[in-house]
Amino acid sequence: MRYWTTRRRDVLTGYLFIAPQLIGVVLFVLIPVGLAIWYSLNKWNVFTGKQVFVGADHYAALAADPQLPSVLLATVVFSGGVVVLNITLGLLIAVLLNRRFRGATFFRTLFFSPVVVSVVAWTLVWGFLLQDNGGINGLLRAIGLAAPNWLQHGDTAMLSVVVSQVVRSVGVNMVLFLAALQGVPSELYEAARIDGARSRSMFTRITLPLISPTVLLTAIITVVGALQSFAQIAVLTGGGPGLSTTVLVYYVFQQAFEFNDIGYGSTLALMLLSFVMVLTLLQWQLRRKWVFHEQ
Amino acid sequence: MNSRASFVRRALLVTALAVLAIPFAVPTLWMVAASVKPLPEIFKSPPSLWTDHPTLAAYGEAFTFQPFARQYVNSVYIAVLVTLITLLVSSLAGYAFARIRFPGANALFLVVLTGLLVPSEVTIVPLFQVFKRAGMINTHWPLILVTALAAPCVLATFIMRQFFIALPMELEEAGRLDGLGRPGIWWRICLPLARPALSAVAILTFLASWNLYLEPTVYLTSPDLFTLPQALTRFTDPYGGEMWNTQLAAATMTVLPVLLVFVIAQRQFVEGLAHSGLK
Repeated sequence: MRYWTTRRRDVLTGYLFIAPQLIGVVLFVLIPVGLAIWYSLNKWNVFTGKQVFVGADHYAALAADPQLPSVLLATVVFSGGVVVLNITLGLLIAVLLNRRFRGATFFRTLFFSPVVVSVVAWTLVWGFLLQDNGGINGLLRAIGLAAPNWLQHGDTAMLSVVVSQVVRSVGVNMVLFLAALQGVPSELYEAARIDGARSRSMFTRITLPLISPTVLLTAIITVVGALQSFAQIAVLTGGGPGLSTTVLVYYVFQQAFEFNDIGYGSTLALMLLSFVMVLTLLQWQLRRKWVFHEQ
Repeated sequence: MNSRASFVRRALLVTALAVLAIPFAVPTLWMVAASVKPLPEIFKSPPSLWTDHPTLAAYGEAFTFQPFARQYVNSVYIAVLVTLITLLVSSLAGYAFARIRFPGANALFLVVLTGLLVPSEVTIVPLFQVFKRAGMINTHWPLILVTALAAPCVLATFIMRQFFIALPMELEEAGRLDGLGRPGIWWRICLPLARPALSAVAILTFLASWNLYLEPTVYLTSPDLFTLPQALTRFTDPYGGEMWNTQLAAATMTVLPVLLVFVIAQRQFVEGLAHSGLK
């Protein structure tokens, strides 16, 4: 009997092939999450670098943090605003582009292009356009409209980060919706047309129900993405004015790297992780339902 | 009559799309236009995309104000290196998960997938401590290692696995009859066939690395080591005022190459994305 049968060799090759990826995930994802949990249970002295076990102190601090309600509110408003605008706009553009006409590819390229522009460059330009004496106000004044100082007031600052984020990222959802729309069997539309259905009721009765699983999935992917928007906030508003645009991920960064509070920063990071995990698990459940739906 | 109605409809459709496209196209156009304007003209009201006195002065300034050429090289070499490592690692792992039966494969695949579940903002706090202890702060190692082996690579492994699962079994058997071992089958048969998936992975990984902002901000402190997104935010005069035309020229140089490649290869880009398992 030879020791190195094909089967044994295959098993070894399997492990060797996945080893680099597996080691990467363990080193750069799993161990750091474990460390974050450990850090959240410790208090760090910034000057001596010593850590003291404090148990659940940071979790108690979470409940007592006077800034946290504003941060969570900003997180919900930002993510909610991004997802609602992103899905409606993405769907609208996809429906318009789904008709066959000359120039459809051109427009698809155009709507998708901000996705490839780096977030920082994109945000810098928007910051420039949104300044008090920037291009957008220049246009508004030229046609005699009021020109607010967009980035200096809480509401308009939030609106600004939401809109710049939506325009930058909606291309992704547009593509996914286009793919879904092309999956709707055309016989259904023909049958409806014979029955005398109008285009609006065809959209609400046929298109929307059939692509609703995709809508739900993209909604969740978009929220998860919005929860991780750091550069947009950092470059456009720096979390301000006040705390109006300080979303959770930006707050994590501030606590950990500006105030050097590793323990509390880790606790907040774990909170962010729990939000993302809940949403991802939800997505997993829906994906199953979606697969079933298609069969 | 009918054709006339459809012509009107089509015109309306194109008009609606053109209006919708304004916020998508204008910022980029504006960036390029403003970068060749003399500084006072940038704030002219009402704004325009045209200038009578185009100048490339801001482009020269971008290089004198920061080690911009160096930062450009940093971004390029990091993105290329990260992309190459990810292509290798993800095609190996994706192939093994799709084609080789070994004990624990499913469980290990789930372990790998957790890499997609955990946002990099969560792991960066502990990773910073680890890299600090390893003496790797203010080096490019954290940017290269984490990007090449964590989340973007996991997404790549997932894409590669989905692709290899769909390949017909007969191809491998033919290779085996020709006396190829597993590595030979992977390299000689499967990789050449996986071109579409590999290019999708290459595009997504390159962009992920090219656009990284939080990580360089956290890990790098000396301007010589900065990458482009980070460098873009540092164009301020000695009084802390923003140097807009220089900044916009630098931003244009950061964005334009990628944008041009995208316009040329846009079909691949878009399909690569639809292919990325987000469906």
